[in-house]
Amino acid sequence: MGIALLVDFGSTFTKLVAIDLEKEIFLGSSYYPTTVETDVMIGFKKALNELNKKISKKNIDIDYDLKLACSSAAGGLKIVAVGLVPLLTSQAAKIAALGAGGKVLKVYSYKLTADERDEIEILKPDLILLSGGTDGGNEKVIIHNAKVLSQLKIDVPIVYAGNKCSATIAKRILKENKKSVSIIENILPELNYLNIEPAKELIRKLFLSNIIKAKGLSKRMDFLSSVLMPTPSAVLKAGQLLAKGTDNEEGIGDLMLIDVGGATTDVCSYSLGLPGTGGFVVKGLPQPYMKRTVEGDLGIRFSAMNLLNTAKKENFMKKCKIKLKDLDKKVEKLSRNINFIAKDEKDIEVDKLLSAISTKIAINRHVGKFQTKYTPISPVNILYGKDLRDVPTVLGTGGGVIKAKNPKSILEKSIFDEDEPYILKPKSPKFLLDKYYIMFAVGLLAQKMPDLALRLLKKHLIYI
Amino acid sequence: MIAGKRKLKIVLGVIGSDVHAVGNKILENVLTEEGFKVINIGVLSPQEDFINAAIETAADLIVVSSLYGHGEIDCRGMREKCIEAGIGDMQLYVGGNLVVGKKDFTEVKKIFEEMGFNRAYPPGTSPQQLIDDIKKDFNIK
Ligand code: B12
Repeated sequence: MGIALLVDFGSTFTKLVAIDLEKEIFLGSSYYPTTVETDVMIGFKKALNELNKKISKKNIDIDYDLKLACSSAAGGLKIVAVGLVPLLTSQAAKIAALGAGGKVLKVYSYKLTADERDEIEILKPDLILLSGGTDGGNEKVIIHNAKVLSQLKIDVPIVYAGNKCSATIAKRILKENKKSVSIIENILPELNYLNIEPAKELIRKLFLSNIIKAKGLSKRMDFLSSVLMPTPSAVLKAGQLLAKGTDNEEGIGDLMLIDVGGATTDVCSYSLGLPGTGGFVVKGLPQPYMKRTVEGDLGIRFSAMNLLNTAKKENFMKKCKIKLKDLDKKVEKLSRNINFIAKDEKDIEVDKLLSAISTKIAINRHVGKFQTKYTPISPVNILYGKDLRDVPTVLGTGGGVIKAKNPKSILEKSIFDEDEPYILKPKSPKFLLDKYYIMFAVGLLAQKMPDLALRLLKKHLIYI
Repeated sequence: MIAGKRKLKIVLGVIGSDVHAVGNKILENVLTEEGFKVINIGVLSPQEDFINAAIETAADLIVVSSLYGHGEIDCRGMREKCIEAGIGDMQLYVGGNLVVGKKDFTEVKKIFEEMGFNRAYPPGTSPQQLIDDIKKDFNIK
């Protein structure tokens, strides 16, 4: 044991965290803009120097015994998801891809067209998740789609997670055309049974074996014990650890995690989300315990303009004190200046506002909703998605929350709203903050030493 | 079961705002026991849920129940939606208590057949009748 160095080669910043494994404490962190165009190691070394300086001030010998990394540089793990019916296998494929820490570029349904094939070539995904049909269900469409994908002019691994009855044929078609294809259990073997874990695991393996290399990230990193997983996956793992615990350390139970970033806002819930009260009929695709949603139009830098437009459309701007004209200009600037760090009062205020709106809209989209159907005797409530009203804890991470002036005021946007009672958000949650930005680091450590990782979380996440 | 090889796949559900769940469960059990693969989408099911389920599972037949008397309104346009969704030749059966009160059933039957249902059943039809007809329509011995 000794000191662990945990690295996140992020899309904008390379972040480093040092953990004392013996004392089980956080020692310090540093960051530097990711230098993926030239050589990721340049930025890494700058950040490392800074971290070393900070630690040596504490009179600790710097000798990193364990070095682990995750990465979302070079666009992260870009996935195209293909399914059959939009609300069924296409939706299941999207949930699986996001759950594996991927960035979903686009979701396709029904038979792929030649134009869609060309579009996929332009999108250049790192991986294609091909699903469609329950086991014993529709075979025609997924075989057609395998044919279309076999004509792709780009080299991209394809994960087949559809109807098992057409797996052999689809595999042959893809192999004949020199496509790399792996077959895995169907993500929706029965209409009422979602089975995404095997596909997620396979995606993670492919990320390690093929994708990291293809992105030119691993060549010069040999002194690190290589990149273990996509960054979102590390954060998701930390959340799961905190909620569920390990064999020896208890977790804190159901949890909702919100990560407000520059380009996206991610929400992940760890809860079965079964209706807390009676009188509900559950409809739609079965929901996984860990469900991640990513909002590509909500973020406080790159996506700031989109966020503002969405907010205006959804009438979130009414209560805002800042004059709209001024805000438009500022937000436009932010969206072009993605490395900008707010320092003066006004900029900090704008960031806070953007983070709060991102949180509110992202959570509204994530949680389940009920629709009231008026039947002849009495109204019936139909639940789509997860009922998260009883979730006791909301955890905030990501620059938009952590660096905000008043993180609690942002996280409070996740609370159930009596004016919109059909949006099933937590009613009276406690708030946790990832103040030291250690979620990704703990997710990495959890691979090797889950108990210690969980104790670190309990020590360094703070209730606000 | 078709040509002795694979199981016939049936999407089963109760359409519209109808909550009568007992008959649905009974039909699921009886049809499953008979050897069919039943995909039961349950009560309160809109037309789209039947159709989506049928596409994803490549079902051979959709059996619609309507017990509360509003079957005519709930079922209207279902055949057209099937055509639109690319499963226009799907077999559609409907039964339960299709209309309010005790109307002459030949008239009711005509209405549902004109709406594109292949078979429509009067109240009190036994599940066995349904099974016999399925076997007849799909050439199952
Ligand atoms: C229990 C019941 C309720 C319960 C349902 C509880 C539940 N969650 O299941 C409650 C109290 C909620 C209820 C409410 C209503 N009900 Co009610 N209910 C009944 C009752 C008493 C029994 C239904 C039952 O379970 N039967 C047993 C099962 C096994 O039979 P089944 O449902 O008919 O299904 C069999 C057959 O119909 C057939 N079958 C079904 N589908 C199909 C499809 C095909 C293709 C085929 C071939 C055969 C088939 O096979 C099934 C199995 O054997 C019936 C009266 C009766 N005795 O049938 C009224 C009855 C169905 N209800 C009726 C009505 C009007 C209502 C209400 C509109 C108002 C009211 N009066 O309360 C509401 C509607 C609520 C809603 N949104 O759906 C009427 C319907 C009238 C009509 N259509 O002409 C009935 C017939 C009573 C009556 N005579 O007035 N009801």
